[in-house]
Amino acid sequence: MSAAHDEHDARHVHGHDRGHGEAEAHGSFKAYMTGFVLSVVLTAIPFWLVMGGVIADKQVTTLIIMAFAVVQIFVHMIYFLHMNTSSEGGWNMLALIFTLVLVVITLSGSLWVMYHMNANMMPMSVHDMRNMP
Amino acid sequence: MSADEAISYYDMKGEHHPENGTMLGFWLYLMSDCLVFAVLFAMYGVLGGNYAAGPGPKELFELPVVAVNTSMLLFSSITYGFAMLEMARNRKSATLSWLAITGLFGAAFVGLELHEFAHLISEGAVPQRSAFLSSFFTLVGTHGLHVSFGIVWLVTLMVQVGKGGLTVENRRRLSCLSLFWHFLDVVWIGVFTFVYLMGVLR
Amino acid sequence: MDQRSELMHTLFGRLSWEAVPLHEPILLITFIVTAILGMSLLGYISYARKWSYLYHEWFCSIDHKKIGMMYIVLGLVMLLRGFADAIMMRMQQAMSFGDSVGYLPPHHYDQIFTAHGVIMIFFVAMPLVTGLMNYVVPLQIGARDVAFPFLNNFSFWMTAAGAVLVMMSLFVGEFARTGWLAYPPLSGPAYSPDVGVDYYIWSLQIAGVGTLLSGVNLLATIIKMRAPGMGLMKMPIFTWTALCTNVLIVAAFPVLTAVLVLLSLDRYAGMNFFSNDFGGNAMMYVNLIWIWGHPEVYILILPVFGVFSEVVSTFSGKRLFGYASMVYATVVITILSYLVWLHHFFTMGSGASVNSFFGITTMIISIPTGAKMFNWLFTMYRGRIRFEVPMLWTMGFMFTFVIGGMTGVLLAVPPADFVLHNSLFLVAHFHNVIIGGVVFGVFAGINFWFPKATGFKLDPFWGKVSFWFWLSGFWFAFMPLYVLGLMGVTRRLSHFEDPSLQIWFQIAAFGALLILFGIIAMLVQIVVSIRNREALRDHTGDPWNGRTLEWSTSSPPPAYNFAFTPNVHEQDAWWDMKARGSQRPTAGFIPIHMPKNTAAGLVLAGIAMICGFALIWHIWWLAGVSFACLIGGAIYHSFNYDRDFHIPADEVRVVENQRSRQLALQA
Repeated sequence: MSAAHDEHDARHVHGHDRGHGEAEAHGSFKAYMTGFVLSVVLTAIPFWLVMGGVIADKQVTTLIIMAFAVVQIFVHMIYFLHMNTSSEGGWNMLALIFTLVLVVITLSGSLWVMYHMNANMMPMSVHDMRNMP
Repeated sequence: MSADEAISYYDMKGEHHPENGTMLGFWLYLMSDCLVFAVLFAMYGVLGGNYAAGPGPKELFELPVVAVNTSMLLFSSITYGFAMLEMARNRKSATLSWLAITGLFGAAFVGLELHEFAHLISEGAVPQRSAFLSSFFTLVGTHGLHVSFGIVWLVTLMVQVGKGGLTVENRRRLSCLSLFWHFLDVVWIGVFTFVYLMGVLR
Repeated sequence: MDQRSELMHTLFGRLSWEAVPLHEPILLITFIVTAILGMSLLGYISYARKWSYLYHEWFCSIDHKKIGMMYIVLGLVMLLRGFADAIMMRMQQAMSFGDSVGYLPPHHYDQIFTAHGVIMIFFVAMPLVTGLMNYVVPLQIGARDVAFPFLNNFSFWMTAAGAVLVMMSLFVGEFARTGWLAYPPLSGPAYSPDVGVDYYIWSLQIAGVGTLLSGVNLLATIIKMRAPGMGLMKMPIFTWTALCTNVLIVAAFPVLTAVLVLLSLDRYAGMNFFSNDFGGNAMMYVNLIWIWGHPEVYILILPVFGVFSEVVSTFSGKRLFGYASMVYATVVITILSYLVWLHHFFTMGSGASVNSFFGITTMIISIPTGAKMFNWLFTMYRGRIRFEVPMLWTMGFMFTFVIGGMTGVLLAVPPADFVLHNSLFLVAHFHNVIIGGVVFGVFAGINFWFPKATGFKLDPFWGKVSFWFWLSGFWFAFMPLYVLGLMGVTRRLSHFEDPSLQIWFQIAAFGALLILFGIIAMLVQIVVSIRNREALRDHTGDPWNGRTLEWSTSSPPPAYNFAFTPNVHEQDAWWDMKARGSQRPTAGFIPIHMPKNTAAGLVLAGIAMICGFALIWHIWWLAGVSFACLIGGAIYHSFNYDRDFHIPADEVRVVENQRSRQLALQA
């Protein structure tokens, strides 16, 4: 109990405004270059897949490029935004996870709900929809 | 907690300094911005197929341009990273030059995007033409506005660093802008995948 | 419009003398009364030579305590406006039967119910709740201010600027006639071409910026600025609810902002998000706005759950029962509130699978809420309850809110909702939870913390009068609406044909009259308390035998809150300090680092308001200029690095010695 206090106090003393502490997360040259090379590769492949028409099945291509996007987002988070579980006492990570959950809820929820509404309230084919005036 | 006398109820020496919350606060703001984009993505997801007998992504999008644009933003990300590294080494003029390069890449990105918009509009693919185009222009435009705002902020910070040097406040501000800049890059990953690549695949 | 020259149109956009409703007697009288009241207030301030004091000590203040109090004053002033709307509607519905059309023409009535909803949620409930959090949270966690004191001031003025825009719509132009959420296509350019919806959009956008920033601010404050030793599970429960509320604010308000931007693009740029043509989809607006809207109701109710928790444990003289379960219940509600939004539009046609998912998640929310209710009951059980005014409000809440919660569970059943949606049953339900929950809670909080903020208690007699009028008035006003709703009467109607319904509306109008007396009694309570302040004075700083750190300071607390930051060891930190006889330090003062006051928040919010006004009236040049000024002003402000100073140790010593003398006199 008291050990925890000491640790807490110590952190407060050293985390003071004038010291280092806030602009800690600079990363290193190597980390930035790793991130950069990875993201160039992760960008180039999806563009190549789509522009070159490499895979015939569009659904498969879609899934693959989405997977690449997710991986690239993680790369950026780690190498450019320096996300880790310890920065700001884990609050950054917690906020990010919470936000991602909400983004997923908003996106998938809206698509799900609106798909059902379209299906129930506007019974027509996709083709009709596209060519609606 | 056995010895009550040992417990101090007040920090008599003023040792306790609340941690500075700027970086966390700015991160929380970014998270809220992330939800603005989530709404715009959801809008595009729902309405992106409603062409209203107008032009669709296949006719409109030029992937080579988008690829160049993407590279502009990627370069600006890495140059901003270099600026931060120079800042850590306390080298003011090197920081400023990398910031200037970042700003130029950002401006190139915005310029290319405006060029693309102008091209679309000249072809009659105006935002009012269909719900697809409304949501496309709004999503991509909002991202572009963010980048433009980031450039204004970048210039302001360059002036401030030029005047005041790499002080604690200026370092903190540069770190905030760094988060903002890289965050916009992350959003762009979503845009080029979800809007451009998947649009062409549709 | 035809005769107006091109020049006039460029200069003034849509604005002309016709926008001032001189032809409407009700508005004219309102305007005259408001003008007389306003002029006499301004005259009094000038007469008492208080302008400089107000400006320097309050408007430019970045002290969280003063900003909190300004939020609460804003909320109470807007409550009068919102209630005036309410009683006008009640009167109209009580008399407009058969041949009688009442006294409000439909287009005015529609503006009134819209304004009532918008004002009560955004400019009454939000400022009151934010004000309480602003005032209390830093004190409860042993901090000297919030994390970003300047932003706090700016947030307040942005909220106030939104409120001013709404009030302006009374006398310049008109307000929206669309209902408080402005569903398209009704709110789109085709059916609402006038300025009403634009007033709605820009007042909410400007106030929304303030709300979002104050959310970020309080979050950073709670996370970063807690006194040493105050781990998360030692935070006062009000701070916990404030934490969750601000999480909801930061995560929900951007959705509102984005949706309103999309609506404005439809209106200003002719885009097709929510139109009926060119592939737009109005249902998407409803979907998105409720993704914000449902968390919003928890933004309002969670902090007052915190208030009730503090009040119950203080006035029962017991530690809160089930602290941990209270925390978990709050967190669970926070998360679940994002999974229920569709229950606001079960009838829009999403089908069985979607409706049952959202129906079930909605019902699940009643579980943590019920847990909270039992926790309060068990806290009271075998406690030494003091029936002071805050406790009365709390008990009134427990009684009323449970009923409202149960009708909510009824509405969560999709088949039942198909019968009850859009009826007065729904209106009765949400007033049941908002008045019985938020309003009662805010009043409990105001009565509870008033002595802390001002140094004297509120008069208990008039407080009780106000409470009983509000409670009985609420039941008279809204129980008839449940009955009417079950009979199938829909909401937002200004005229009825069936005379057998009239008696219910008359009972409801009587209830509104009782609530009016409750509001008057509250105003009397404040006046009486100020006049009797010496008799009601609190010299100890701890008038209720409180449990949390705010009661360890003097009433009102000094600008720096705590001369020495307290060290926290137990959950109810101040109770613990009292129990172990900790002594207030009386020597060894050190300089205290504090932020400086600034006018920047007031100026920037003023420019934002001008920009909003220009956009509403299509005065493009003014909108452009004021927007440029806004950005320029913000950049200019960022060049000011000289933002803080130290209160010298001598000054701290003078203030603290005075308190020592006062405490000695008491003993």
